[in-house]
Amino acid sequence: MKNIIVCVKQVPDTTEIRLDPVKGTLIREGVPSIMNPDDKAGLEAALRLKDQLGSTITVITMGPPQADEVLKEALAMGADRAILLTDMKFAGADTLATATALAGAVRKLDYDLVITGRQAIDGDTAQVGPEMAEFLDLPQISYTAGIVAQKDGSFLVDRKVEDRIYRLKVRTPFLVTVLAEGYQPRYMHVAKLLEAYREPKIEKWTAADLDVDPANLGLKGSPTKVNESYSKALKSEGKVYELDPAEAAKLIAEKLHEKYVL
Amino acid sequence: MNIQEYQNVFVLAEQRDGVLQSVALELLGKGREIADTTKSKLVAVLVGHQIESLVNDLIAHGADHVIYVDDPCLAHYTTEPYAQAIYPILADKKPNIVLIGATSIGRDLAPRLAAKLHTGLTADCTRLSVDEAGALLMTRPAFGGNLMAGILCPNHRPQMSTVRPGVMRKLVRDDARKGSKEIYKIKFNTSRFLVEVVEEIKETKAKVRIEDAKILVSGGRGVGKENMPMLEALAKELKGTVSASRAVVDAGLIDHDRQVGQTGKTVRPDVYFALGISGAIQHIAGMEESEFIIAVNKDKYAPIFAIADLGIVGDVRKIVPLLTEEIRQLRKK
Repeated sequence: MKNIIVCVKQVPDTTEIRLDPVKGTLIREGVPSIMNPDDKAGLEAALRLKDQLGSTITVITMGPPQADEVLKEALAMGADRAILLTDMKFAGADTLATATALAGAVRKLDYDLVITGRQAIDGDTAQVGPEMAEFLDLPQISYTAGIVAQKDGSFLVDRKVEDRIYRLKVRTPFLVTVLAEGYQPRYMHVAKLLEAYREPKIEKWTAADLDVDPANLGLKGSPTKVNESYSKALKSEGKVYELDPAEAAKLIAEKLHEKYVL
Repeated sequence: MNIQEYQNVFVLAEQRDGVLQSVALELLGKGREIADTTKSKLVAVLVGHQIESLVNDLIAHGADHVIYVDDPCLAHYTTEPYAQAIYPILADKKPNIVLIGATSIGRDLAPRLAAKLHTGLTADCTRLSVDEAGALLMTRPAFGGNLMAGILCPNHRPQMSTVRPGVMRKLVRDDARKGSKEIYKIKFNTSRFLVEVVEEIKETKAKVRIEDAKILVSGGRGVGKENMPMLEALAKELKGTVSASRAVVDAGLIDHDRQVGQTGKTVRPDVYFALGISGAIQHIAGMEESEFIIAVNKDKYAPIFAIADLGIVGDVRKIVPLLTEEIRQLRKK
């Protein structure tokens, strides 16, 4: 396992997003940007393999120039190389066009293992990893909760699904999508942190650096189009009471009785 | 691409260990409606090993036609054999719409197939509607459920969508329904089978299925670690089940399989208790169809009150034990 590539995404922390109760719109101001949790677990998976096997880790992200923040964090955690795919031609990409761009970047590099997070918390699609695997013609294992190197050079990968775990055997090269619950990410190294932020060694690549047909990138290369988006209208028919605890308990019990639950 | 060539509605009918998954039948229910609106056929695609006996179930739940592939290499799900079995069917039959359950299998397989077909795929849809020309509007929650997005796939076919389990309605089984079946022979390229199942570890503990519960006692951030037993006690008294919001699951206080919401499960019990749950839309997305919603929260501006049938502004930690006792007394009478 000489070379590992980890794809990460900078996302708004969706747990911090609130609705404006009057206008019913999203309040996006002040919402912090973070490294997507499943991707950070993917980076941790790569770092553990590096600790054991001495691999070299390259981290890739696609996004606006300020997405370099997640790359700095990745370098400070122990990644060796960081590449930012940034170009207006990538903008507005759906999952297929995103996977096309990322696979195009991966193809330029040496790799034995490609890691993505299972899904990003702003989209929750879980599609980019498997789509990349198809474009790179790699075997894929999604929902990965563990990767263990074997003596014969193969790897045992645990795929954790609803009701069971599949222990799978695979040889390099392959692609996994990692679950946050499988890997608790480490903290950044202080020394690497200073280096990553003082002299960030981040390479910037544009569409011209990839051997990809521009017609397949960005909004133009996206088969799906967002037709409409709206925050959900909340309807209320019920009543809200401010009561002391004992009265509240009585009221709830009465309602349950009315509903024949009791 | 000539879009007119693409006709009919296909459902990939998921089975595990020879058992049809509920979401397969739910998709047939929705698929039937879409096929009727677009005056086309509803076709179920079934792959696995020794699964022919399931064909009649698919017809009884709405399929006009069932295409199936039966091979020992499909006994357990792995991506490559399943993709090799299904891709040629889709490429050959040119469906207008393909619906797949948004399970760990569907979410693994669907993007692989969409990339092979070079078409659009919309994940985890909660609503689907179609016009007579066959354009599919796929609605899904985004931004952690804070926003709903309606998505079209105007210039590529098939239009593909994974659909959340528990959202669409099954048709009532009707064994009088008529349909046809077709076995599809695949010549597998086994040299591409690079992932081998070494071991399958099934969860031994009895699985809690919150989506089947009639009464759910759901706790949120406002409950706190030391108060989880309080929810258990209330649930026990009501013969209900404990579930939780994402915050509680993320804090490691309860298993992920009890999480309600956008990244958890969609539930519609007779009674849903939202205790100390503020009601982020990502949570509401998973429980708003509940029959009767009782919310208790300290914050009178909590969004959960906007959908509650009965809202109580107050401290969960004080009210829940009193309520449990109240119910115990009522039961004695």
